[in-house]
Amino acid sequence: MNDKGASELLVDGLDAAYGASQVLFGVKLEVERGETLALMGRNGAGKSTTFKAIAGLLPPRAGRVMVRGHDVAGQKPYRIARAGIAYVPEDRQVFPEHSVEENLEIAEREGVGGREWNRARAFEMFPMLQPLRGRMAGRLSGGEQQMLTIARSLMGNPAVLLLDEPSEGLAPLIVQQIGALIRRLRELGTTIILAEQNSRFCLAVATRVAVIDKGAVVWRGDVAQFRADPDVQARYLQV
Amino acid sequence: MELTELGECVSSLSCVVTQLAAGLTIGMLLFLVASGLTLIFGVLGLVNFAHGSLYMMGAYFALAAYGPTGSFALAVLAGTLGAALLGLFFERFLLSRIYGQDVLMQLLVCYAIILILDDVVKIIWGADFRNMGVPPAFLHPPFIIGGGVVPYFYAILFGITALIAVALSYGMSRTRFGRIVRAAAVNPGMVGALGINTTVVYAAVFAIGAGLAGAAGALSAPIRSVVPGAGVSILIESFIVTVIGGMGSIGGALAASLILGLTRSFGSIGFPLFVEGAMFVIMALVLILRPSGLGGRRG
Repeated sequence: MNDKGASELLVDGLDAAYGASQVLFGVKLEVERGETLALMGRNGAGKSTTFKAIAGLLPPRAGRVMVRGHDVAGQKPYRIARAGIAYVPEDRQVFPEHSVEENLEIAEREGVGGREWNRARAFEMFPMLQPLRGRMAGRLSGGEQQMLTIARSLMGNPAVLLLDEPSEGLAPLIVQQIGALIRRLRELGTTIILAEQNSRFCLAVATRVAVIDKGAVVWRGDVAQFRADPDVQARYLQV
Repeated sequence: MELTELGECVSSLSCVVTQLAAGLTIGMLLFLVASGLTLIFGVLGLVNFAHGSLYMMGAYFALAAYGPTGSFALAVLAGTLGAALLGLFFERFLLSRIYGQDVLMQLLVCYAIILILDDVVKIIWGADFRNMGVPPAFLHPPFIIGGGVVPYFYAILFGITALIAVALSYGMSRTRFGRIVRAAAVNPGMVGALGINTTVVYAAVFAIGAGLAGAAGALSAPIRSVVPGAGVSILIESFIVTVIGGMGSIGGALAASLILGLTRSFGSIGFPLFVEGAMFVIMALVLILRPSGLGGRRG
């Protein structure tokens, strides 16, 4: 059942549709433990849909979603979360009328990654949240909310983090902080998939790249290969 | 109108104390029912028209347990747990299938439950009025405060209901389960994506709401007649409470329940023929002045 021993997440042949219009056509992705994979593509290429299909928020029409060797495709979102997928949506979705600490507490559980992450550890890793722990999450700035959702997603001790456009709408300085944070998480061994349009941000933090276009993965390789291939960038990323 | 009598009452401490005690006790019993209704609406988005029937079932379960045991504590426990389990059954097998559907469908299914329960009650316990009577253990002389009469059993009821209200408020604001429930009311999709099974949360919330209604029914059994269809009037009052207090707001439901309880007790002196009307007038005023209710979010 586990054909790739080291892969934390293996997505294969993933089809998804909104009603009658198919959006994903056999998406194939693989991340190994400790990698940060950048999922790049134009607006509407299928990055967010891929994440939603993996996380079970948009049940896929076909394909496999193997988390540490277990196929979770089509299961309910809470089961997929417990299997090790932590999804951080583009629009963050903090619980606005809960305090920062309560947002973390709700998500706190032992997961496939053990019980390494808890609130105390989150406040160490995200020191900027420490003084805000009693504040309503709805009153945080966009950058603080982004930090909170990343911290919250770690509370379930997942195998893989799916971060959807973590830099979107944030000031350059905050984007740098988020980038530094993602690198630090990688150094700690966290496996991450990052969906981004901001390629500078992506390439600064990722180890490998997959490019998605019109609902299918059209290119994959490591960051150095990607940088050396202006053709891919021109064809699939520039508007 | 006997407004002069109301004027005499509010100028005499003894009358105020008596009416206050009755009004607060009635209000707190109403709160138990209405808080369950508003909790279920806030979290599940379901307008539980069958909530009054769960109140009625609580009263009958209490009677059934009180008969052989003679214990009011067991009666209240039976009413609470019985209604909670019955609610859980309906939630699992009927209501969970219509979440997210329009309110007419909810009304239809809930009305079916109302009719079924009324008939089940008639088959098992008969169509006649029944009354538990105040249990002998509580037949003590009333408290006399400032010349006003506070029946011993009313004081007990107020104490129990206040304890339940405090426990409910503590549970919702200070426990992890309560925080999850409040989060699920706002964004169930994200709660699920964090690994929480919202189906279980919904079932638990419905059972708690049903249990609160059952507790109110059981606690009221000694002071109100227990009869098939007894849930209808408390259901209507509970809806008035949720409108005045704000849909989904438990704090608002408490304020609104006490307002209605006091309207009932003082109104029975000042305008006995217009007590029900006065409740709707208050509701209309709130709708005009603060459409989202006392505890509701604006906008």
